[in-house]
Amino acid sequence: MIWNESIECMDGGALRKIQTIRLRKMVEYVYHNTPFYRKKMQELGLSPQDIETLEDIHKLPFTTKTDLRDNYPFGLFAVPMSQITRIHGSSGTTGKPTVVGYTRKDINLWTECLSRCFTAYGATKDDIFQIAYGYGLFTGGLGAHYGAENIGASVIPLSSGNTEKQIHLMHDFGTTVLCCTPSYALFMADAIKDMGIDRDSLKLRAGAFGAEPWTENMRREIEEKLAIKAYDIYGLSEISGPGVGFECECQNGTHLNEDHFYPEIIDPVTLEPLGEGQKGELVFTHLTKEGMPLLRYRTKDLTSLHYGKCSCGRTLVKMDRILGRSDDMLIIRGINVFPTQIESVILDLPEFEPHYLLTVDRINNTDRMELKVEVKPEFYSDEINKMLALKKRIGDKLQNVLGLGVDIKLAEPRSIERSTGKAKRVIDNRKFN
Amino acid sequence: MKMVAKQLSIFLENRQGRLMEVTRVLAEENINFSALCIAENNEFGILRGIVSDPQKACDVLKKKNFAASLTDVLGISCPNKPGMLSLILKKLADSGIFIEYMYSFALNHATITVIRPNDLKKCIEVLQRNEVELIDPESMYNL
Repeated sequence: MIWNESIECMDGGALRKIQTIRLRKMVEYVYHNTPFYRKKMQELGLSPQDIETLEDIHKLPFTTKTDLRDNYPFGLFAVPMSQITRIHGSSGTTGKPTVVGYTRKDINLWTECLSRCFTAYGATKDDIFQIAYGYGLFTGGLGAHYGAENIGASVIPLSSGNTEKQIHLMHDFGTTVLCCTPSYALFMADAIKDMGIDRDSLKLRAGAFGAEPWTENMRREIEEKLAIKAYDIYGLSEISGPGVGFECECQNGTHLNEDHFYPEIIDPVTLEPLGEGQKGELVFTHLTKEGMPLLRYRTKDLTSLHYGKCSCGRTLVKMDRILGRSDDMLIIRGINVFPTQIESVILDLPEFEPHYLLTVDRINNTDRMELKVEVKPEFYSDEINKMLALKKRIGDKLQNVLGLGVDIKLAEPRSIERSTGKAKRVIDNRKFN
Repeated sequence: MKMVAKQLSIFLENRQGRLMEVTRVLAEENINFSALCIAENNEFGILRGIVSDPQKACDVLKKKNFAASLTDVLGISCPNKPGMLSLILKKLADSGIFIEYMYSFALNHATITVIRPNDLKKCIEVLQRNEVELIDPESMYNL
């Protein structure tokens, strides 16, 4: 099903025209309303008239998370506070949170994006949504909430955590669509089993999973354990929150709402634009935002884009699964390692649980990775040789995929902390001065 | 195979207090160990033991997230004298039976040995043919 067919299935040429018109208007708008951008453009000797085509976007300056922090809290707002109806922010694990402001129109457009998303999952007014994303400064909870309400569904605003209650209500209220992080979905699947609840007594049929990178294998695991369709939802608070992109029934790429958020892929090192299908950092420019529009915001997410008509009928550009964040990338003995690579190795091996903890240390000037991973209960053996063989199996596979040795530590069941939000799976103890 | 006993096996990380935790959980359930041994390498251990109620022990431990399982083993009894074990092992070796692991303890005049052979059925046959005393599982659980 398609929420807004005239836009989502629009002819590519027409869509480019709309984007061009919106981009020109946006550049004009920020030049006059966001002193930060006027100054940046002036430094580059740019005036709004220099931006005529979509290609001209390459002339515009980038925006980074640091710019948001430097302008904390409201420095990048393009409207007076009287027009701001909502404020969200990032969790701010590395200091001050980054703040974003929405006008009423921004909230409406965000809600429109989520309506497209949930409709693509096949959800309708007959569905019951359980929102297990956190409600608060984090955009996940309220974003999904507004979207689900907008398509007329019934919404259970549970927020994250309190797993037993989540599962009881899921059972008693007949939840059909679950919204949470993919790692929490897996955690819930285990908990449902532990609580002795029969899967057939649940009405759950689909899930909107996002807010952290996940792999195809993890999708398979969730779909199998919960017997549902697991769809990707992509977003970040700086751009709007969840619903910047969403998967359709084809489950082979995430459509981006590019009529509102113009995507580019750049080389994260040279910052040069990359072509269709090339892997690089995803960058967004707001085309319609009023409250806090950003030009060429660097998401740090690594992916590639594919244009053309999808078999679902949509023409909105499709993004590959996020490979990782350029921030999350670990450089181990000079080799790039993404936590998602480790995750897909683990999920490929049926003997292991999808939970892990990777610890990186530098011992005698050499980087060392230790992976703590749980064996599935039925695969624990009381013979040491068999346990050592399991260890070797995963170690060899990681060596193959990463080109690096990883010390494997087999852990007891449930000894690795399960997360109810974004999973913390990597600890880097190295000190770089 | 009524002479097959259920041994409690637990995979344990090398973490302080982990073994104590196992014994505490079983003590609370009033479960007794009649034999216990630990096989270890440098990062994990495997506890193997004969307990008064193997199924219950396994269930309560699993509920507490221990990697517990039950393994089929045999208990044999022979006189506590030099050469007796050697005699039995020779019979097994001659019949092509491998021993994955075993543990033994002497109780007055008898030696009790728990063995995990690669082929349980064949092992029982060989032992019975050679009149080695197999211990009834119930008696093992309540030694």
